[in-house]
Formats: sequence, structure tokens, C-alpha cells
Amino acid sequence: MLGSLLRILALTRKELLAVLKDKRSRLSLLIPPVVQALIFGYAATYDLNHVTYAALDQDHSAASRQLLAGLDGSGVFERVADLQRASDVASYIDARRALLVVQINQNFERQLLSGRSADLQLIADGRNSNTAGTAVGYVGSIVEQFNADWGGQHGWAAAPVGIVSRAWYNPNLETRWYMIPGMIGTLTLIQTMMLTAMSVAREREQGTFDQLLVTPFRPYEIMAGKALPSMLVGTIQASGVLLVAQLWFRIPFAGSYLTLYSGLMLFLLAAVGIGLLLSAVAATMQQAMLYSMLLIMPFSLLSGLTTPISSMPNWLQYLTAINPLRYAIDITRRVYLEGAGLDLLLPDLWPLGLIATLTLSGASWMFSHRIQ
Amino acid sequence: MTMLAHAKLRRIRALVRKETHQVTRDPSSIAIGVVLPLILILLFGYGLSLDVRNVPIALVIEQPTPEAMELAAGFQLSPYFQPQLMQAMPPAQRLLLEHAVDGIVRIPADFSRHVGAGDAQVQLLVHGGDANRARIIQGYVQGAVGAWSAREAAQGRASPGAPVNVQARLWFNEADDSSYFLVPGLVVLVMTLIGGLLTAMVMAREWERGTLEALLVTPVRSDEILLGKTLPYFVLALVGFALCVLSARFLFHVPLRGALWVLLGASMLYVLVALGIGLLISSWVRNQLVASQLTMLVTFMPAFMLSGFLFDLRSTPAVVQLITYALPARYYVALLQTVFLAGDVWPVIVPNTLALAAMAAALALGSRAAMRKSLE
Repeated sequence: MLGSLLRILALTRKELLAVLKDKRSRLSLLIPPVVQALIFGYAATYDLNHVTYAALDQDHSAASRQLLAGLDGSGVFERVADLQRASDVASYIDARRALLVVQINQNFERQLLSGRSADLQLIADGRNSNTAGTAVGYVGSIVEQFNADWGGQHGWAAAPVGIVSRAWYNPNLETRWYMIPGMIGTLTLIQTMMLTAMSVAREREQGTFDQLLVTPFRPYEIMAGKALPSMLVGTIQASGVLLVAQLWFRIPFAGSYLTLYSGLMLFLLAAVGIGLLLSAVAATMQQAMLYSMLLIMPFSLLSGLTTPISSMPNWLQYLTAINPLRYAIDITRRVYLEGAGLDLLLPDLWPLGLIATLTLSGASWMFSHRIQ
Repeated sequence: MTMLAHAKLRRIRALVRKETHQVTRDPSSIAIGVVLPLILILLFGYGLSLDVRNVPIALVIEQPTPEAMELAAGFQLSPYFQPQLMQAMPPAQRLLLEHAVDGIVRIPADFSRHVGAGDAQVQLLVHGGDANRARIIQGYVQGAVGAWSAREAAQGRASPGAPVNVQARLWFNEADDSSYFLVPGLVVLVMTLIGGLLTAMVMAREWERGTLEALLVTPVRSDEILLGKTLPYFVLALVGFALCVLSARFLFHVPLRGALWVLLGASMLYVLVALGIGLLISSWVRNQLVASQLTMLVTFMPAFMLSGFLFDLRSTPAVVQLITYALPARYYVALLQTVFLAGDVWPVIVPNTLALAAMAAALALGSRAAMRKSLE
């Protein structure tokens, strides 16, 4: 037992040396996740802080000016043009010079003064319909403010039913709070899985794997020796992203580090298990690389990081059950934002454990059967 | 001069023939060029969606008065919600904690009394984790309550609505179907990856095996080698592109409102750029392992995150925007979203095409220089 442990440690040390000895390869493992977290952290947000719009004010009244001033004063909307004719709208939207055109019809103020509701026409560039929808929502909340102001001054009855809305865990509804914790697993997956798949494939291609097999190492010891260094690298990468989230983006961490790292360990074990299984199946390095890329891309896009899993068709939702990243993202987000404990995370933890068990035992079976 | 040109043409033709044989006999480049794009566009085309339908919510009705039940019926009939009726908050909050529902709509016990007085309130509690989804859900709830208020007002039971109502129209995507912009973006993503991988892996393999050096000592010149290498992969990538566009059009029903030749022209230019990135990477690192990882790193994730395909670039900080200008994917996303959805809008098409052309030229020169240097 002790001998086995010592052998595993020796192999781990050798593997780590092979990976970290070279300065370039050391940097290539540590720098990309942190740099990516920084850049993508800024880019990956559905929130808008700069919306260009053109105004088509056909009323030229105090009311229409007050409404437009509300937009201009919000800090989000930038008026790029004052249009004169409705026929100008197309040129601004088509050429992407404005995301929105705000159109206020003639008689806007007169209608309001006579106590009737008036319409505000919005035309949005739907080429990215999600962005357009968000911008329309922003206009809606500014109009709501206008309604409250105008209604109060001119004796309108309040809306019959008010909605009091509150968001749990992310009070200001910032997408960044949701994206960056999700990146802890995503940015770790690529290199952890590839590193594992490649390290065995390389030894096999160079013939050193056969040499390993004739040493006193048992197959499972070789596997452990291959798995531990990758997990260590993955842990360091994940910690780097975690630090960026907390120190740079200042997203408050609500959970416990012990819970987070327990979940991450299980995720890394599953990722490494898949990597080992791939390397057991692949005959050459090139195949190992191709297989891991074929898995990594769907894993990272169909994980719930940017688009929700619940919006996928049912058959695809079932298919994502084999995606370890899906569970990792859920775990990191919920521990990070909600402070969820292990009991609430159980639905994520057991599939990860199952994936790890199946892939690791599958890889170990394949390794030991190659010897004979 | 004509003799020389003739000889040059013959050498290129011979090279192209050799490379074409190599491509058609090598299953891995067919796999990358044809099978991979098809798998990716199908998986992601179905998998990526921002449409929110059938939101599971807990609908807490503290007192089943006729007004409350009528408001609840609006939620039950809506295609956007899948409400679960409950009588009290604590069990609903537990469901929210377990992520079994995305939000709680609470109609308080005194709702009916306040409706008469004109100051009734409905409480909405959303799970804010996914802020984008939460915002969409807030909008839906507002819509459902607004529709109820309008019905009440029409029957004279409540005061008329707010002073100003927003009437929004989404041009180019009236039905607000997110696949309209996601699928053209996916075409960009797939072509970026395919183009880069094709040349990066294959050229790096030739460097590793030393077959490229063997070619360099023949009378064939380095730019002829580049051309001979690129052409077959160019054709292969275009086959992948055709598969992507066919699935976008006929499987995901994305309209193609611009001219086909504009789409094809811009895409050929982009394929050249993507192939050029692969060429440049492989002549730098000359190692399949590093070349493929580098290609993934500089093409896949940036094209996903920084191209404007999903996230609005205007809202990123200036430094990040500056980075995106260096990314060819940014220009191609603008082109595809416009050509697919808006039509032939020249003020968008011309500058973006010019940017791609400049990048293709720069990459061609860069690869030639990298290849020349290797001769020394």
C-alpha cells in the first residue's frame, strides 16, 4: 500500500517535471486562463452600457422633449441623430448607425393632456435580437419613470396593478456576475483534458509507455500518476480565474471555499478521466488531439455558460447529461453567488462522480488489457 | 516572360494535383473539412438558443378571489409560463432555492381589495443568477399583468392604463427568434475553426515529417508551394461552408435576404483569412500538438466571445474593443448577420469586406515571409 503510494508520487513528480520544466510550457499553462478570464470577463455580458439611438420627434413638444431627455440623461443611451422624416429611419438602422429609432408621433402631447394614452414607437435593429430586446427593455423602464412623473404632475390615476420585482443573488441583474464564475470550469477544461489525453498518447507514440509497463508500476498506479499532475494544473488554473473574479471584477463570493474546491476536484477527476479514456482509445497523438477537440467544443458551448440548457430541445438536454462542464458551471455559480452547500449541490455532484468512476475504470480496463 | 509564366503555372498545377491527391486520400482532412462543420452546425444550431419559453414559476395565490384567479389564469394560459399553483410563500421559496422554478409570482391576500382602490401590487421574485433570463422573465410578467389590466380597464373595472405605452418593433427578426442571429454567428465560428485547423494541422505535420523541406529544395518557389497547398484546402473549406449555409437555410429556416454572390464572395475572402491564420501558426511552431492548441486558443474562443456574435461589442471597454478590431471574425459576423437578415446593405458590406481583404493580403505576405525565413 505504502509502496504503491510512493510509486504514484514518484510518477507524479516525473510528470510534473516534464510539464513544468520548460519555461514556455509553464507559461502556456498558467497565463491563458487568467488572460482569457480578464478579456472575456469584460466582453461576455448581455448588459448594455452604450446604446446608440436616433430620435424622430414629430411632436416637438415639451412632453416629447422631456421623454427624450430621460433617455439622454440615463448614461446608457447616446443620441446619434435627430431625424426629420420617417423615410430616414431605414438608412440609420440598416447601416447600423443606430441600434434604435425612437419615434414620437404628432399630437403626442395633446393626447396626453386630454387624458388619453399615447404610443411611443420603437424600431430596433433585430440583427441581434437579444441585444435589441434588452435595449427595448431599458427604454421601457425609462418610459415607466416618465409615466410616474407625468402622471403625478397631471393627475393621472396610478397603474391599476404595480409589480414589485426583486432578484435574488444578483440584485442588479449583472450578467458578469453570472458569466465569470461560470468560466472557472470552462477555462480549465480545455487544457486539463488535452494535457491528460496527450501525455499518454505521446508516451505511446514514443514507445516509452511500453517501458513504463515493464516497471513494477501497476496500471492503476500509472493512471493515478498521469491523473494527479493534470488535476494539479487544473486546480491552479481554476484558482487563477477565481482570483480574477474576486480581486479584479470584485464579485462577492457567497459560499465556502471547501465546497467549491470539493466540487472542482470532482469535476477535474471527471475531465481527467475522459482525457485518459480518450488516450486509451486513440492510437496516435493526432487522434487523441482530434478526439479531445471534438469533445471540448460541444462541451464548452453546450454547457449553459452563455445560453441556458433549458432553452435546448429535449433530446439535446438529455445529451448534455454526459457533459461534466455542465455540472461544474452549475456548482461554481451556485457556490459563488448563492452560497449553496453540498446538500443542494447533490444533483450536480453525483453525475460528476459517476462520470469519473466510469471513465477511470474504463481507461484502467483498457490499459490493463493492452498489456496482454 | 510568357515562357516563365507558363512554367510557373505548370508547376502550380502539378503541386495542386499532388495536394489534391493527398487531401482526398487523407481521411483526417476530409473529417475536419466536411464532417466536423456538419456536426458542429447541427449540434450548436439546435443547442444554442436564447429563447425563453415555458418558464417554470411558482404562482402563490394567498386568497382565491375572482380577481386573483383571473390574473392567475393569464399566467396559466400563457405559452411563456409553466406555473405551479401554491397557497403560501415558504414552499415556493424552497422551490426557488432548489432551482426547481425560475421565479415566484405572489398575488397577496389583500389583492382584490386594493384593485378596487387602484393601488394593488403583485410581487415578483426572480432568480437573478442568469441576469439575461431574469430580465426576459420580468418582461413577460409585466406583459401578463399588463394584459390583465387592459382587460379590466376595457370592462370599466379599473382605471385606464399608463400615459405612454411603448410599441416596439424588431426589424429583420419580427418573431424575435434567437436562431436568426445565432445560426449565422455559428457559421462564422465553424468556418474560423475549420479554416485554421485544416492548414495548421496539415502544414505542421509536413514540417514534423520533413516533407516540406524536401519540397523546398526543388525548383518550386515558396509562394508557389503556398498557393499549391492552400487551393485544395480552400475548396474543401468551401464544401464545409456550403453545408453550413444549406443547414442554416433549410434546417434552421434562417432567411437569406441578401444576394447569394455577396454571401459567397465575403465567405471566400474569410476562408482565405482563416486558412492564412493556420498557415502562419504552423510555420511558426511546426509542431502539430502546439499548432492545434494555439489554433484553438486564437480562433475558437475569441470568435465565440469577442466577435459580436453573441455579445454587443459597443458595450465593452475601449481596450477590449480595440482587441476586437484585430479579429477577422468581427468583420465576418457583421457581414453574415447583415447579408442573412437585412439584405445587401452596402455601407456595412463594403468596409467589412475591405477589412477582410486587407487581412487576407497581410496573412499571405506574412506566411510567405515565414516560409522564406525557414529556407535560411
